[in-house]
Amino acid sequence: MKINVLAFGIAKDIFGEPSVSLELANNANVYNLKYLLEHQYPRLKQLASYMIAVNNEYALPEDTIHESDEIAIIPPVSGG
Amino acid sequence: MQTDIQILTHPINIQSCINSVMLPESGGIDIFIGTVRNATKGKAVIRLEFEAYEKMALAEMEKIAEHAYSKWPIQNLLIYHRTGVLSVGEVPVIIAVSAAHRDAAFEACRYVIDTLKQTVPIWKKEIFEDGEIWVAAHP
Repeated sequence: MKINVLAFGIAKDIFGEPSVSLELANNANVYNLKYLLEHQYPRLKQLASYMIAVNNEYALPEDTIHESDEIAIIPPVSGG
Repeated sequence: MQTDIQILTHPINIQSCINSVMLPESGGIDIFIGTVRNATKGKAVIRLEFEAYEKMALAEMEKIAEHAYSKWPIQNLLIYHRTGVLSVGEVPVIIAVSAAHRDAAFEACRYVIDTLKQTVPIWKKEIFEDGEIWVAAHP
């Protein structure tokens, strides 16, 4: 399945654009997505941490991803 | 109980934030005003740039508000955060909490700003004379 990953903050700089399109296996989970992202964008591994959000909620590594989900990469937040 | 949560692209009017949480039943209002500091670790900061994942940021702030209401007997709660470019002395964030008694207002206000900084998807870039960094991005 084809998914779109939104990027913010430093993740947007690493991607070089505000979102990227990726091809994932149909039953892929968040762990699989992070593995693929880190393979394609090794600078992600230098971050203090980062989370994946699925449909505006922080997701766990074992959460399954669906083609219709809104997916975003959340680098360390620094609001306030 | 009234919650007012907004992400704004224009300056925040602090007095109207205070007025909007005040009730005849209130015994006090706690307010946290975040301001843009002119230096980080001794290095002069020219300006800050804030970016938000707006839908999720609003949802996360809503969760913080719900938790605050469940934990403390507070009345009204306001959380405003700005995005875009802010200069030294400007106000990126404001939390205002009213309660019948001060302990609840103080504690809830502190909880809201502390948790906002940990969970709400908003990012801050510091611009220096010789470069820029996304705050907290790297260890």
